[in-house]
Amino acid sequence: MSEPVITARGLTKRYGASVVVDGIDFDVFRGETFGLLGPNGAGKTTTILMMLGLTDVSDGEVRVMGHDPVREPLAVKRRVGYLPDSVGFYDNMTAAENLSYTARLMGFSREVRRTRIADALGRVRLGDVADKRVATFSRGMRQRLGLAELLMKGAEIAILDEPTSGLDPQSTHEFLDMIGGLKREGVTALITSHLLDQVQRLCDRVALFQRGRILMMGTVPELAREVLGAGFVVDVEATAAPGHDLVPRLGAIAGVKSVERTGDIHYRMTADHDVRSDAARAVVAADGALTRLSVAEPSLDAIYTRFFERSAEKEMRDAA
Amino acid sequence: MQREGSPWQGLGTVVLKELGDHLGSARMRMLEWLMLLTAAAPLYSAITSLRDTTAEDPFLLLKLFTVDRAPLPSFVGILGFLIPLMAIGLGFDAINGEHNRRTLSRILAQPIYRDALLAGKFIAGLTTLGISLLCLWLLVVGLGVLFLGVPPSWEEIARSLIFLFVSVAYAGVWLAVAMLFSVIFRSPATAALLSLGVWLFMTLLWPMISPVLAQMIAPPDIRYVMLGLQSPETLQWQVALSRLSPNQLYGESVLAILSPSTRALGPIFLDQLQGAVIGAALPLKESLMIAWPQAVGLIAGAIMLFVATYVVFQRQEVRA
Repeated sequence: MSEPVITARGLTKRYGASVVVDGIDFDVFRGETFGLLGPNGAGKTTTILMMLGLTDVSDGEVRVMGHDPVREPLAVKRRVGYLPDSVGFYDNMTAAENLSYTARLMGFSREVRRTRIADALGRVRLGDVADKRVATFSRGMRQRLGLAELLMKGAEIAILDEPTSGLDPQSTHEFLDMIGGLKREGVTALITSHLLDQVQRLCDRVALFQRGRILMMGTVPELAREVLGAGFVVDVEATAAPGHDLVPRLGAIAGVKSVERTGDIHYRMTADHDVRSDAARAVVAADGALTRLSVAEPSLDAIYTRFFERSAEKEMRDAA
Repeated sequence: MQREGSPWQGLGTVVLKELGDHLGSARMRMLEWLMLLTAAAPLYSAITSLRDTTAEDPFLLLKLFTVDRAPLPSFVGILGFLIPLMAIGLGFDAINGEHNRRTLSRILAQPIYRDALLAGKFIAGLTTLGISLLCLWLLVVGLGVLFLGVPPSWEEIARSLIFLFVSVAYAGVWLAVAMLFSVIFRSPATAALLSLGVWLFMTLLWPMISPVLAQMIAPPDIRYVMLGLQSPETLQWQVALSRLSPNQLYGESVLAILSPSTRALGPIFLDQLQGAVIGAALPLKESLMIAWPQAVGLIAGAIMLFVATYVVFQRQEVRA
């Protein structure tokens, strides 16, 4: 990890009495992919807009590439590319004309415009529809055109707000590959998303947002240890012999923290190490028929769900 | 706290893009035809009625603009209706259209200030209106020379060019009104309806309401009422109130400029007429002096409305 390119300290946004972003601190380092996760209205987009100087900062400060977006928004916006949630283009213009408008706003010369636009459109596989009007484009193509805009700009930081929402699985897959391409080129990326498994694949680090606060930040395995408690989740699928209950037998294995019967023949064990062989022995010893045994990767989905369940429970306890 | 960089960065690009959009749009084509056809009718009737009196009038070209023959209003009267319609047609979806197409946050994430976007749109709209009015002006002058066979004098050209300038200022007022509503209301339909509502109110209802208001503010003096006259105070209030309407200001300044025999706008006392040669033309400079306050009123109105638009737009959130 090299030097941070985005730093936020005590960043706060208030609308009247309601606090949308509540004193958050984070650093994003050069070249990393950082994910912002959280339910709708948690303050993710507001945080992004503050980083771009598109909305005022109520308190605290944020620096993007050493610039203050409140005072030097042009310097920030020249080096940062922003792909808003469900990006829009001028329908009456072609893909190339849309990019050309942005390029002129960037102040690129005619020659630079021509080569960069052709190159960017080629890279997002829109080269053959460059002269088609955007009105005919599908959602996935528009999203790719938005990415082409970032490439054309030569952005050092790419901010992608819900980049895959509303895309079909095929387009999502393609689009994620393209975002991966950004990362390989050393572009720092900041992504917000609800589709957690995608974020997990792409992001080096994630931050969990709720009600304007960052509740947790770190790599996915780190968060898994913290939220799920143990490192390994083992799924067992086995039919017990009549009169036998597998739960206590599985629970008796050394290192197992908890066993949960999640279905008729499904059990989920959490343990501090890989307990698959012990689990197999335990099932066979109980005359059970073992049909499946697998280690679940710590999934962000599980972390997320568990995390918000836990905070909801805590709230109810606090309220009581 | 001072922000860095020029607020005009990107202004030229925005103006060119918007101008291209306006001139190429179907809406503009429709407005042009509407203007052309409605202007042709009063022009035709003016030409036919002027043919009989060519020798009698030194300001034949100006008469083309002002002569009316029932049931048609004069060319200027028609313009007083058409200019606001056109200006509102060009401005009512300036900003909310960008919101709805979801292009606003993408464009503002480029290295420009909001100032450039708003000013660029206003300048482009005003230029479009200026171009249309200039074409119309050339058409009238050309047709006048063709059908009346009398070449216009320099003074007539100067007066009609000043009339053109005042018309553009008048268009600016309505463009600013439409853009203000386009910033305040998210729906273009609401903005269009309200702009048209304000226009109808100012044009049709305000002339009826202002005398009533004047009588409420300054009740008529019984001595004048007995003589069947209006009290001076009431009259003054009435004139002042009626001049709040841009339509009134436009009508008065155009009257002073295009009818050289106009000596005063609003009420005058009998003793002020002493020594005046009724019906004699005033020199251009004197006519200008009479029209000056009205013309300045129009320009100031346009600027104030634009400033209001600017303030509202700067404070607005860009997120969709």
